[in-house]
Amino acid sequence: MPFQILLNILIAVMWMFMSESYTFSTFFSGYLIGILLLLVLQRFIPDAFYMERVIKVFKLMILFTKELILSNIEIVKLVYKPKLDIKPGIFALPTELKSDWEITLLANLISLTPGTLSIAVSDDNSLIYVHAMHLEDTEAAITDIKETFEKAIMEVTR
Amino acid sequence: MTGINIDIIVDIIVSICLLVGTFFIFSTSIGLLRFPDVYTRMHAATKAPTIGITGIMIGAFLFLYVEHGIMSGKLILGLLFVLLTVPVSGHMISRAAHRSDIALWGENVRDDYAEAVKAKENPENTE
Repeated sequence: MPFQILLNILIAVMWMFMSESYTFSTFFSGYLIGILLLLVLQRFIPDAFYMERVIKVFKLMILFTKELILSNIEIVKLVYKPKLDIKPGIFALPTELKSDWEITLLANLISLTPGTLSIAVSDDNSLIYVHAMHLEDTEAAITDIKETFEKAIMEVTR
Repeated sequence: MTGINIDIIVDIIVSICLLVGTFFIFSTSIGLLRFPDVYTRMHAATKAPTIGITGIMIGAFLFLYVEHGIMSGKLILGLLFVLLTVPVSGHMISRAAHRSDIALWGENVRDDYAEAVKAKENPENTE
């Protein structure tokens, strides 16, 4: 992947020299042309096309923004509810993610999504302890997080 | 004529951004007062302000750009760093609270973390 990005920047710089205008917008259009070239020639370049991964990162960001807005609305609803009928609790979320970077990302995403707040990570990095605002069905909460966030993070990093 | 209209539209958008942002931050402070224990309060303190600050920053950014033609990168950077640091501080505060044995609110609550900590400490004590 670093090789492809380097190639893409090289194409952009060459485009800048060929059109003899050294501004950011020329660099940008050169970069777009480079993406197009790499897309057409991806059979001859080692590794998968790197824009696929960029698109996955964007998908993760869109998912995150959606969940963030939903969680905000949910918490505001709870704040103005006259009677607090919540049932908080802490459950252990088993995770398949391995590296520190992935686990940090997952814990932060959990913290910013509806009704959940990551409290701690176990020593062997296999469990994340999550405080839930309203814990009725633990299994449902675990599968919910695993289906959305863990999957999306794994698609980006692997 | 059209110039005036665009100005009014931008003003309305900026006001909506600022009002939404302030509303969410106001709700956060009410939540901090109303919720029963540290953990639920951390919920209020980590979630609602993110969108509140996003609203205020974007409102300020649009206003500066349209009125004065300034592209303020600092506002966007501030937004980014708030989004990065808020969940981390929420995590650390609630973890510190749990380690200082602050009980959860409610009856018969499920607490996997306390059990795990106990299970880890007990074998050392018995040996």
